[in-house]
Amino acid sequence: MLDLPLFGSKIPAGFPSPADDHLEATIDLNLQYIRHPAATFFVRVQGHSMINAGIHNGDMLVVDRSLEAISGSIVIAVVNGELTVKRLIRNDSGIWLMPENPDFQPLLIRDGMELHIWGVVAHVIHSLQP
Amino acid sequence: MFAIADCNTFYASCERVFQPHLNGKPVVVLSNNDGCVIALTAEAKALGIKIGAPYFKIEKYAKQEGIAVFSSNYALYGDMSQRVMHVLSRYAPKVEVYSIDECFLDFSGLPIDLTAYCLNICQTVKQWTGIPISIGIAPTKTLSKLANRLAKKGCSPSGPVLDWRTLPSAETVLESVPLDDLWGISRRWSEKLNAIGIHNALALRNSNPKEMRQHFGVVLERIVMELRGISCIPLEEMPPAKKQILTSRSFGEKLTGFDDLRSAVTHFAARAAEKLRRQNLATQALTVFIQTSPFDSSRPQYSNSATTEFDIPTNDTAQLINSAHHGLQRIFRKGFSYQRAGILLPDLLPAGVVQATLFDSADDLDRSEQLMAALDTINRRHGKKSIRYASEIISNKWHMRQQFKSPSFTTNWQELLTVRI
Repeated sequence: MLDLPLFGSKIPAGFPSPADDHLEATIDLNLQYIRHPAATFFVRVQGHSMINAGIHNGDMLVVDRSLEAISGSIVIAVVNGELTVKRLIRNDSGIWLMPENPDFQPLLIRDGMELHIWGVVAHVIHSLQP
Repeated sequence: MFAIADCNTFYASCERVFQPHLNGKPVVVLSNNDGCVIALTAEAKALGIKIGAPYFKIEKYAKQEGIAVFSSNYALYGDMSQRVMHVLSRYAPKVEVYSIDECFLDFSGLPIDLTAYCLNICQTVKQWTGIPISIGIAPTKTLSKLANRLAKKGCSPSGPVLDWRTLPSAETVLESVPLDDLWGISRRWSEKLNAIGIHNALALRNSNPKEMRQHFGVVLERIVMELRGISCIPLEEMPPAKKQILTSRSFGEKLTGFDDLRSAVTHFAARAAEKLRRQNLATQALTVFIQTSPFDSSRPQYSNSATTEFDIPTNDTAQLINSAHHGLQRIFRKGFSYQRAGILLPDLLPAGVVQATLFDSADDLDRSEQLMAALDTINRRHGKKSIRYASEIISNKWHMRQQFKSPSFTTNWQELLTVRI
């Protein structure tokens, strides 16, 4: 929803305020960060495997399913029916789901494994409140 | 040229988007109060589950076969529906949202390969929203519904899309379609038609439209013409304004106390008032009704209703609740087990078409309007139940049974999809 400000001054008598010519719409985070509302979903993460990508335990992800997943995208992936968040890497050795934390193992997608890209993570919302 | 896009097993598909391990598994969705099956996937159908089956009858079997069971989650289905409709509206100059999971598209004047175009639509809707859809294309709405049906049955070489014009023999197909499967043909009509020797869609197409009009009315004449490929039912871009609003429900457990019923009808009246304001309507009257179970012959039965008329059409929650309470007082009888209650607003007008009476001051109307606007804003922002009238919460016995409801993944911050990483 877009909020538009009211005009700053009453017009009927006297001169309009010179500031009225410079009015702009209020800043709307939705417009900036949700480019495709029909395809955008919010997802909460639990865990630490993506910490070096700036995704912390409890963060919220803005997932845009209309974006194409390319090698290097951080994606919500479905592997054998289970959801996860990893960096997608496609190279000569195959398709990989890479964690961003040395304590976790990369996952090579082998024959017989089912991989489906649920959506591409467009933004992370991380609260700095203690 | 028309098309209808129809979501495949929509409610179950919504559940699967957020629980992908259910893909390929049997899923059923139950009606309000977990009464009976209202949606099911092909896998559940293959196990013998049928639409309308009472849950208590299939409960044991469902557990044994590992069928995933959900209470209906209309917050989720409504949001997912809007997403699907939004994507569809990008692909056609005119659309008509026909139901929560169906949408007509008008492709007139698009000189393109519609099958390829629609395959692309299906793929985009699936990628953007996770919901699988099928599309039927035809020169008329009636035939597009039929083409969609065939595509869903797997009769199309192009998978989820079927263009009626590409069928090798439309006659053979029409001959195999029973009348009940046609859009707009009621059970009663199909029985009557059967009685005069019209048993399938081909026979109906070949019947005399003028005669059909004489016996059944103009609607059936149009269907005959539409089956011949002549479009008579245009796209309705603006749905006709609602004429009435009904909010009612069967209770999880039967209610006997006045306060329990009062709490329930308060809730219904509040919801009905919200619906009115959302559509900018006002009502001229309110009917409150209560009834015992018509299926329980072992106990005494009673049902009754009371209608109040308003001097001025209103959509004020307090006023609706007030008249619901007065009505309920008039019809409530002790000693019965009530199974259902509801509020009907039978006669709606656009709000603002208000004739103030001699005794209303414009100020009063203004104040009510502002109060209701504030109430709606708060409840939209902080969740449906943030501010309520006290009489709504006196009793909670009437609340719905929703044992298996999934989270409201897309409409509630507290219930977002959580992924372990």
